[in-house]
Amino acid sequence: MLLIHCPYCKEKLPELEFEYAGQAHIARPLNPAEQSDAEWRDYLFIRSNVRGDHAEQWRHTHGCGRYFNALRNTVSDKFIATYEIEQPRPTGSEEGEKSNEQLES
Amino acid sequence: MAFNTIVETLPAMGRFSLRCKRENTVAMSKALGFELPSTISELVRSGNVTALKLGPDEWMLTCPMDERAKIKEPLAAVYADAVHSLTEVSSREVSIRVSGPEAEELLSTSCPRNLRELTVGCGVRTVFDSVQVILTREEQNQFRLDVWRSFVPHVMGLLSVATKEFECGL
Repeated sequence: MLLIHCPYCKEKLPELEFEYAGQAHIARPLNPAEQSDAEWRDYLFIRSNVRGDHAEQWRHTHGCGRYFNALRNTVSDKFIATYEIEQPRPTGSEEGEKSNEQLES
Repeated sequence: MAFNTIVETLPAMGRFSLRCKRENTVAMSKALGFELPSTISELVRSGNVTALKLGPDEWMLTCPMDERAKIKEPLAAVYADAVHSLTEVSSREVSIRVSGPEAEELLSTSCPRNLRELTVGCGVRTVFDSVQVILTREEQNQFRLDVWRSFVPHVMGLLSVATKEFECGL
């Protein structure tokens, strides 16, 4: 079983207590009404499909209940870092984001 | 070796879920008459009242059923200065006590946490065979599980099956 470090509980805990919650660092547009349909679609639905290091949200559902961010390698399934929600993505490999395998729509 | 670990449900007790911001905890502690715990999993006891920190802004307060006013009234009095949310959840959960030399092993049959790392006097929210529970280590060989009422038959069933297996030496 994966052990995930919760940045709020400051402990490495079993994966069963956690829940995956999508890609991290997607800011909601300040004025949704000013968005074009395409921009709004991108915000709502378009996500990267990373092979490599991926910044994503997790929630410690059956624990402290908090959302936090994690940097995880999608190939090896290894957690590189976990950090509190308002912190920036740790510097490190962004290779994954560049080799985004998203198909053009 | 004989197996003497006891699984029992406890009588009803007063339970409150308290949510408040960090800057208000000082006022809350003052109103309650004891310091709210500041690190997650820390349990503080003051007389009959206990406070367990579950998350960065979340506490579970317990007290005997007939002393609920001891928690409700002082906190209501400071509401205007220290905004918080205090919800009574007394009937939501049932407590199960597991005590005896094999308590840790018995719970580890369905709890994914490493229970050796849970020190005496600490409590955490975790899962017990996919049921969310609050697990408190009251003494080295004594644990308390706070389980939502509707899941109690499931949890008690699992514990009784596990007890039978231990008794048979499986």
